[in-house]
Amino acid sequence: MQRFLNKHPTWAVFILLAAALLAWLVFSVWPEWLIDLIGRKKTFVHTLINGLTLGGLYFLVASGFTLIFGLMRNVNLAHGTMYLLGAYIGYEVAEFSNNWFLGLIAAFIAVGLSGMLMQLFVFRRMEGDDLRQTLVTIAISIIAADLMLAIWTGTTYQFTPPEWLFGSVTLPIVSVIKSSGEAVYLKYPLYRLAVLVLSMIVGIALWLFLNRTRAGMMIRAGVNDREMLSASGVNVQLVFMLVFAVGAGLAGLAGVVGGTALSIAPGEDIRYLLASLVVVIVGGLGSITGAAIGALIIGLAEQFGLAYFPTYGVVITFLIMVMVLAIRPQGIMGK
Amino acid sequence: MKTQHGISEQLLAKGSPSLWLLLAFLLIYPAISNDFFTFQIGAYSLILGTISLSLMMLAGYGGMVSLAQLTVAGLAGYLMAIFGENSVGVMGFGWPWWVTSVWAIFLAALFSAFIGAISVRTEGIYTIMITLAIAVAFYFFVRQNYVLFNGWTGYAGIEPPTILGIYWRNPVPFYFLSLAVAALFCGAVVYCSRSTFGLALQAIRDNPRRMRSLGYNVALHRVIAYFLSGIIAATAGVLLVWFNGRISPGSVSVGVVIDILVIAVLGGLRHPIGPFIGAIAFVLLENFAIDLIDRERFNTVIGLVFLLVVLYSPDGLLGLWGKIRMRMMNSGKTGPNETRGEIGSKSADSIETS
Repeated sequence: MQRFLNKHPTWAVFILLAAALLAWLVFSVWPEWLIDLIGRKKTFVHTLINGLTLGGLYFLVASGFTLIFGLMRNVNLAHGTMYLLGAYIGYEVAEFSNNWFLGLIAAFIAVGLSGMLMQLFVFRRMEGDDLRQTLVTIAISIIAADLMLAIWTGTTYQFTPPEWLFGSVTLPIVSVIKSSGEAVYLKYPLYRLAVLVLSMIVGIALWLFLNRTRAGMMIRAGVNDREMLSASGVNVQLVFMLVFAVGAGLAGLAGVVGGTALSIAPGEDIRYLLASLVVVIVGGLGSITGAAIGALIIGLAEQFGLAYFPTYGVVITFLIMVMVLAIRPQGIMGK
Repeated sequence: MKTQHGISEQLLAKGSPSLWLLLAFLLIYPAISNDFFTFQIGAYSLILGTISLSLMMLAGYGGMVSLAQLTVAGLAGYLMAIFGENSVGVMGFGWPWWVTSVWAIFLAALFSAFIGAISVRTEGIYTIMITLAIAVAFYFFVRQNYVLFNGWTGYAGIEPPTILGIYWRNPVPFYFLSLAVAALFCGAVVYCSRSTFGLALQAIRDNPRRMRSLGYNVALHRVIAYFLSGIIAATAGVLLVWFNGRISPGSVSVGVVIDILVIAVLGGLRHPIGPFIGAIAFVLLENFAIDLIDRERFNTVIGLVFLLVVLYSPDGLLGLWGKIRMRMMNSGKTGPNETRGEIGSKSADSIETS
C-alpha cells in the first residue's frame, strides 16, 4: 500500500477520488439533476451489485482456466464445457439427494476428476506442444457438448437452492426518500450476494493454498521454472494433475453456482468460455490476481452495458479487450 | 522452402500430370454427377475449402492460427444483405450486386486486418484465444443487435445476380463460379507463398526475432497477411450467403467457426490443397454419416475424427497420404528417399510458433 502510494501518487489520488465518488453514488440520496442525467438510483445500484456478483462468478470460472495455463501452458478451450458438465452433474446429485451442497461438492469432485484424467491420458502425451493441446481441447469440447446434449437434451434446468439462501435482503442503502419523508431501502436477492461472498472465499482460499502450503509452493516454483522443479526431485506430473484437478473442479463448482443464479442450458459453455477468455486476456494469462481484476472489470462492463446500452453490450466488453491489448498486450497483471 | 510441402508440392507442381488430371476431373465433375452432388457437395465443399484456405494461409505460412476467418466471411455475408437486397425489410440499400460485393469484401478484409492488428502484438497460443474471443463476441453481438444485423432472425432472400442470361444460383453455374474462385485463390496463395512477401512471412513464422533484427516490419507483414486472407475469406463468404440465400447468427456461431478449423486441420495446413481435401471429407461426412448413426450425433463423429487426426496425424489427411506413399516408396527402394522422408517429418514442427 505504502509502496504503491509512493510509486504512483497520481494513480493513488485518482483511485481514491473514484472510490469516494462511487461511495457517494451508492450511499447518498440522488439529487434531481443526477436522476435526469443517468436515470434512477435503483437501476444504478442494482447494476453495480449485479456486476460485482457476475464478476465473482466469472472469477470462479476464470481462476481455474488461468491456474491451468500458468503452470502447464495449456490453453484449455474445454473449460466452458467443464462448467456445463459441473452444472449438470451438480443438478443430478442435488435432485437425487435433495441437498444443494452435496451437488456443489459432487460437481467439484467429478469435474476435477475428469480434468485429472484428461491430463493423465491426453495432455501428458503432448507436453510442450501448445497448439496441439489446444486443438485437442477443442475436439474434446465438441464431443462433450454433443454428448451432454444427447444426455440432458436441450431443456433448461433450474436448481432449487436451500430455503435460507432464497429470498431477498434489505440493503442499508436508501434508494429514494418518499414525499412523506419515509426512506425506501433497496432490496437484493440473497443468493447473489452469497455468490459474491463465495467467490471471495474461493479467492482467499486459492491465495492461501498457493502462498502458504507446500503444494502451493511447488506450483509457484513450477510456474517460474518447470525443469528446475522436476530436477529438485518433485514429481511434476503429480503437481500437474493436482493443478488440473483444482482448475477443472473450480469450473465445475462455478457451474453449480452459476447454474443456480441463472439457469443451465446448452450454449452456456460457450458463454463462459468467452467470459474466461476475455477475463484472462484482460487480466493477464496465468495470474490469479489478474483473473480477479479482469473478472470484476468484465462483470461490471457487461451489466452496465446491458442496463444502459442494451443492444451494444457485447461491444463494450470487446472494446475493453481491444484497449487492453493495445496498451498492454500481456494483460493488466501479465508478465 | 520447397521441402516444406514435400510430396504434395511435387505432385501438384506446374505442368505435372496429376495437376492436369485433377483440373480435368473438376471441370467434367458436373457432367458426371447430379444436381445434389454438384451443388450441395461440390460447390459447398469448394466454398468451405476457400474459407479454410484463408486459415491455412495464415496458419501454414504465417504461423497464426486465427479462428475468426469464418467471422470475416460471415461479416461479408451480412454486408451483402445490408447494402444489397434482402427480403426481410430491414436495411437493404439495394445497391447493384457488383458494387455491393466489392464493397462487402473490402470492408470484411479491413475487419480482418483490424483483427490482425489486435492480435499481432501477442504470439502463439494467444492468437487462438483472441481470435476465438472476437468470433464469439461477434456472434453474441449480431444476435442481440436488431438495428444493423436484425438480431436472432438475421437476413433472408439474398440472391446472386442474373448475368448473361444465366441465373447463378443454378447448380452448374454456381459450381463453376465456386470452382473459379477457389482455383483463383488457390493459385494466388501458391504464388504469394513464393513471392518476397510470402517468403518473408514464412521466415517470420520460423523466427520473428531474427526477422525483426534484420529490419523487417514483423507486425506489418502479419497485418497484411490478415488483410489478404480476409479477402479470400470474404469472397467465400459472399458465395456462401448466395449459396444459402440467408444469413443469421447461427451462420457465424462458434460451432461453425470451429468447423472451419476442423476442416483446415483435417486436410492439412501444409499446402493450399489441404483445406479443400478437408472440406470434401467434412461435407461427405456431414451428408452421409447420418446413414450410419443418428443425425443428431454428427458433432460427436466429427469431433472424434478431429481428435484422431490431431492425435495421430498432425499434418492431416495430406500428411497421412504422404506417409503412406513414403512407406510404399521406401519398401520398394531405399536410399535417397529416406533422407527426403526425414525432411518431411521434421517440417511437421514448423507450424508451432516459437
